[in-house]
Amino acid sequence: MSNKIAIVGVGESDEIGKVPGKSSLQHHAEAAYNALEDAGISIDQVDGLLTAGYSSMVVGEYLGITPTFTDSTNVGGSSFIIHIAHAMAAIRAGYCKVVLVTHGQAGRSARTRVIGDAAEPGAQFEAPYGIINAPAAYSLAASRYMHVYGEDRTRDAMAEIAVATRKWAQLNPKAYMRDPMTKDDYHNSRWVAWPFHLLDCCIVTDAGGAYVITSADVAKDLKKQPIWVLGAAESHDHAIISQMPDLTSPISKNTGSRAFSMAGVGHSDIDLAMIYDSFTYTVLVTLEALGFCKPGEGPEFVAHQRTAPEGDFPMNTSGGGLSYTHSGMYGMFLVLEAVRQLRGETGERQIKSPKIALVNGTGGYLSSAGTAILSTE
Amino acid sequence: MENNYKKIIPIPQGESEFYWNKALQGELWLRKCNECSHAYFYPRDISPCCFSRDTEWIQSSGRGIVYAFSIIHRSPNEGFQDETPFIIAIVELREGPRMTTNIVGIENPTPDKLKIGMEVSVVFDKISDELSLPKFQLMKN
Repeated sequence: MSNKIAIVGVGESDEIGKVPGKSSLQHHAEAAYNALEDAGISIDQVDGLLTAGYSSMVVGEYLGITPTFTDSTNVGGSSFIIHIAHAMAAIRAGYCKVVLVTHGQAGRSARTRVIGDAAEPGAQFEAPYGIINAPAAYSLAASRYMHVYGEDRTRDAMAEIAVATRKWAQLNPKAYMRDPMTKDDYHNSRWVAWPFHLLDCCIVTDAGGAYVITSADVAKDLKKQPIWVLGAAESHDHAIISQMPDLTSPISKNTGSRAFSMAGVGHSDIDLAMIYDSFTYTVLVTLEALGFCKPGEGPEFVAHQRTAPEGDFPMNTSGGGLSYTHSGMYGMFLVLEAVRQLRGETGERQIKSPKIALVNGTGGYLSSAGTAILSTE
Repeated sequence: MENNYKKIIPIPQGESEFYWNKALQGELWLRKCNECSHAYFYPRDISPCCFSRDTEWIQSSGRGIVYAFSIIHRSPNEGFQDETPFIIAIVELREGPRMTTNIVGIENPTPDKLKIGMEVSVVFDKISDELSLPKFQLMKN
């Protein structure tokens, strides 16, 4: 009997982008509904519930699910890639058969108040200095990379990534930012946190996403082509930015090598790379950490619009967090796009017969990572 | 003083009270692991390097280098919005640990006024009767 695991259904919430009036939980629910419908699975069959942000208790109550396996692991935007590994382990260990993973975040329109935990180190030692959001923390890391590897070539690479990602978004009807972008537009956009221009930063949207993951046994009788999980790995090596061991070398170096090893494939086998793009810099440094190129060689790797629709390294084909959608914890949407590309469902932006996709999520302040390698076979 | 202060105010915890009390007196103190002799930041009783309970407080020289920096132009917090653009940084202290801070004393900051690797020394920004924040300024040659 095969112990293979497959993603068998994916969905976004009904509308994404700017959706006033819908709560984060409603985005969870709509995405869950759409993913289950995509799979052709009834909610009664769901016995595993995984989510991040909210406790899975909250989501379970809202959706009417009483699971035999529950997991609210929240290590930031990478969580929903890490959930692939957790679902795989739980299904293989016999805790559940059909796992639903949900995300929803009204990042733009939420009616809420955020109250932090004053005892957390970040609240004591970083926030009082104005390091209270991702642009502040990630821009610190980018400044170090520029110092080590050269400012001008780093800047060029960040512009290449911003422009290439926008080209993909122009092919995605669901993308939030679809206007053409030139490198001049990039360089002329206002500063958010030097070295980051506005166009180095992900957008902020309202969106939900969900996927259904199950065993080969269940997958064989469903509506859609199963997308198989070949490898999955997770880790984190710090939480606040001052404690990152090396600002130019995120923990994806560890998760990437383990995911490749589990999958038994190499870099040249990857037809599609979905790399969390909270910022242009995140992509640059993650490509290096994953071993697509050596440390410091990212700028040459992404040069000449190599990751754009016309290039030979398709990356972030949805338009990414930079231009398609970014609700806050964006990792979910990396999985959805990889599955749809592998199924051949992505219309104008469809790449030619992809067989293997790599999905890499980054969470916190370059703190956590989850890598998954997905395949049509 | 505190009434007008709109930025985020740290709340000392049991393990960090000594650190904040010393800061109020104009001193920067670190925690040191006696098992491996390394100082570390942020202060906690059990060391992160050796998971050892044999740790103690040491006074930092208050000197270090700029390890990374960024110039904040947009902030979600009202108090910080009043001060943009301002410099955030990671400083690597002579004793080894890195900490986040602000670099102060640079008017209208632009990236050409500051370089990674420059030497800095600690100054204290008294934000209330109970709290001073350690910040850093460039050292004169």
